[in-house]
Amino acid sequence: MSRHTLSVLVENKPGVLTRVSGLFARRSFNIHSLAVGPTEHPEISRITVVVDVAELPLEQVTKQLNKLVHVLKIVELERDSSVQRELLMVKVRAEGPSRSGVLEVVQLFRARVIDVVPDAVTIEATGGPDKLAALLTALEPFGVREIVQSGTVAIGRGSRSITDRSLERVGRSA
Amino acid sequence: MVQSHHPAPPRAAAPTPAPRPVVSSVTDVEQVAAGGTGHAVHSEGMDGAKSIVRSLEESGVEVIFGLPGGAVLPLYDPMMDSKKIRHILVRHEQGAGHAASGYAHATGRVGVCVATSGPGATNLVTPLADANMDSIPIVAITGQVGAALIGTDAFQEADIVGITLPITKHSFLVTNPADIPRVIAEAFHIASTGRPGPVLIDIAKSAMVAGTTFSWPPELQLPGYHPTTKPHGKQIKEAARLLATARRPVLYVGGGVIRSGAAAELLKLANASGAAVVTTLMARGALPDSHPQNLGMPGMHGTVAAVAALQKCDLLVALGTRFDDRVTGKLSSFAPHATVIHADIDPAEIGKNRTVDVPIVGDLKEVINDLLPELAAEQAQHGKPDLAAWWRQIDDWRDTYPLGFAPTDDGLLSPQHVIKRLGEISGPESIFVSGVGQHQMWASQFIRYERPNSWINSGGLGTMGYSVPAAMGAKVGVPDRTVWSIDGDGCFQMTNQELATCTINEIPIKVAIINNSSLGMVRQWQTLFYESRYSNTDLNTGHGTVRIPDFVKLAEAYGCVGLRCDNEADVDATIKRAMEIDDQAVVVDFTVSRDAMVWPMVAAGVSNDEIQYARGISPAWDRED
Repeated sequence: MSRHTLSVLVENKPGVLTRVSGLFARRSFNIHSLAVGPTEHPEISRITVVVDVAELPLEQVTKQLNKLVHVLKIVELERDSSVQRELLMVKVRAEGPSRSGVLEVVQLFRARVIDVVPDAVTIEATGGPDKLAALLTALEPFGVREIVQSGTVAIGRGSRSITDRSLERVGRSA
Repeated sequence: MVQSHHPAPPRAAAPTPAPRPVVSSVTDVEQVAAGGTGHAVHSEGMDGAKSIVRSLEESGVEVIFGLPGGAVLPLYDPMMDSKKIRHILVRHEQGAGHAASGYAHATGRVGVCVATSGPGATNLVTPLADANMDSIPIVAITGQVGAALIGTDAFQEADIVGITLPITKHSFLVTNPADIPRVIAEAFHIASTGRPGPVLIDIAKSAMVAGTTFSWPPELQLPGYHPTTKPHGKQIKEAARLLATARRPVLYVGGGVIRSGAAAELLKLANASGAAVVTTLMARGALPDSHPQNLGMPGMHGTVAAVAALQKCDLLVALGTRFDDRVTGKLSSFAPHATVIHADIDPAEIGKNRTVDVPIVGDLKEVINDLLPELAAEQAQHGKPDLAAWWRQIDDWRDTYPLGFAPTDDGLLSPQHVIKRLGEISGPESIFVSGVGQHQMWASQFIRYERPNSWINSGGLGTMGYSVPAAMGAKVGVPDRTVWSIDGDGCFQMTNQELATCTINEIPIKVAIINNSSLGMVRQWQTLFYESRYSNTDLNTGHGTVRIPDFVKLAEAYGCVGLRCDNEADVDATIKRAMEIDDQAVVVDFTVSRDAMVWPMVAAGVSNDEIQYARGISPAWDRED
């Protein structure tokens, strides 16, 4: 088992996410994280899926995904040649003397405070899973009240775009 | 899905609009595939329902199997006026689905069925799953509640697109009547190209009654759908090299060869290569059974020669087949010495179960056509390989372990004898359509198939009740052929209501019920693996029972001719009597012994090496080694 990040370009049509996630479920692949969003083209959406799977089943799931009529393209993004980020928002108890400690952690991790009330602060941070886990560990002693975290989004390094040819296929001008 | 309400991003240098290369080429293919009438129609005003009928007509549809209801009422009104489409009213939507499948199976064309929303649509679930497993091109059209009511748990509402997502090749929900022609054209294109399969179109009633314009042909919008049909030349060369040098080659032929219409090409390949050929349950008839290289069916109930040849081969050429567990037995010990060439139109099948040495993605017809000259070139260079030793071994298996059956212990009619005589008397020009169970295996084993599409059955899903409606669909598609439904007493009771459809619509199929008064295949497993404890397998339809129901009376109630045969002396005369009746459906109740079992057998999950020729008798392998 190893962790793989797949970028799946799909037509922006109703039910596409269900088709993709349903396929993972019924072929018994475990989705670690999933994020969906628009792309530079309104007719194409991009799903980033992180799965824990061995090499051979990964090939199988990729082939099965490719059979979905609305799937345009699948690219595996290697950890070394891509940037992978998650967004974390965390509400931390920050009363009296502990407040400066919390703010120090925020600075160390280059996170941001996005909401302040007398007894708590809400912090926003982006990064890879390791950094965010470390941030949470550092905040733990102050009292974490609530966490919300996005799935991983990822993009390849360098100037190449994975959407170019798919745009051609959809056949729409800019 | 994410809705596109984000602002269009600014683009630095807008690329020149591409001339939609892929989309336009797909449209060209579609016009051929959909069998369009050829003339274009420009923007005629009509309602959505009429647009559906026109689109189906333009797609070349001649027959629809269906049953109306509230949400498809608007569609049924213009359908009444269609001069091109014959609608056959079934008695249960499952019958419509299997009939569409039988029609597609027998003709190679797309079968069409229609049902209303809710329960009508859910009754199509089994036929859709069945067609998906066996790669049968069908288009199912279901009515859906009005768009404004979707999601409100309205009367007869079911999320049929959601329910059938995992068991269709693709599905559509139509709420805008303007989409109707394009969606129907796309559905026929998807169902019939690449690896064929079922496509569902769920159409909201509100879209059927709304005004729209109809034009044809529509432009297909399928940017993500590009089946590969042309095989890779390098892989073909490598396959040819292996085939020319193997000493113990086997062609492992699956239903893909029949779907692709590649039987003639397969014959050439068999002759050119000299390889042994096994034809799976879905491929019976792909190579004539009379061909000396055809070893018959492999797998759980395959011939000893076919199973042994796979186990001992040095080269396995898998053509349009998917290494199903019923063929491979325990996968890790399947064909252990073989180098594997696997050709299939579906790339996901290659390497799914068995690691492949030479993968070939493409349409079987093109694959074999490309392979033949390469093979000839290899053989011209290196000479034909000497396969004499291989064939000596195979012939020894064939001679020692031919297909056969023992007389019954209880003196009752032997089911194998009935099926064998059916095949011999009715002949290879007939079509045989089976249900699922013992009778299916015997029909695959003891009937000699000489041509593709003469054997129709539910292989992958194993759907009891498939036979009668599928036979009906086959007979509608190929009315000049004799169509025999070979059914079990259990299967027959699941879908025999379609005999009413046959009688009313003058579809004279013939049904042979192999009546062993029980769920025979389950009973066989209870005999072998559950100490003969027959839990819930007795159906009380046969010899010495109350005969509920009496199949002869039931046949007569449906307006069919009902015949009964319970001894060997009358078998031929009864079959001939049934053959003489061609203006009415005939049902023959062959009352047979319940103790007959299907042999040979590889028990589930064990190695093919453990095949038993008959109970407790295993072949002695490697006698010549």
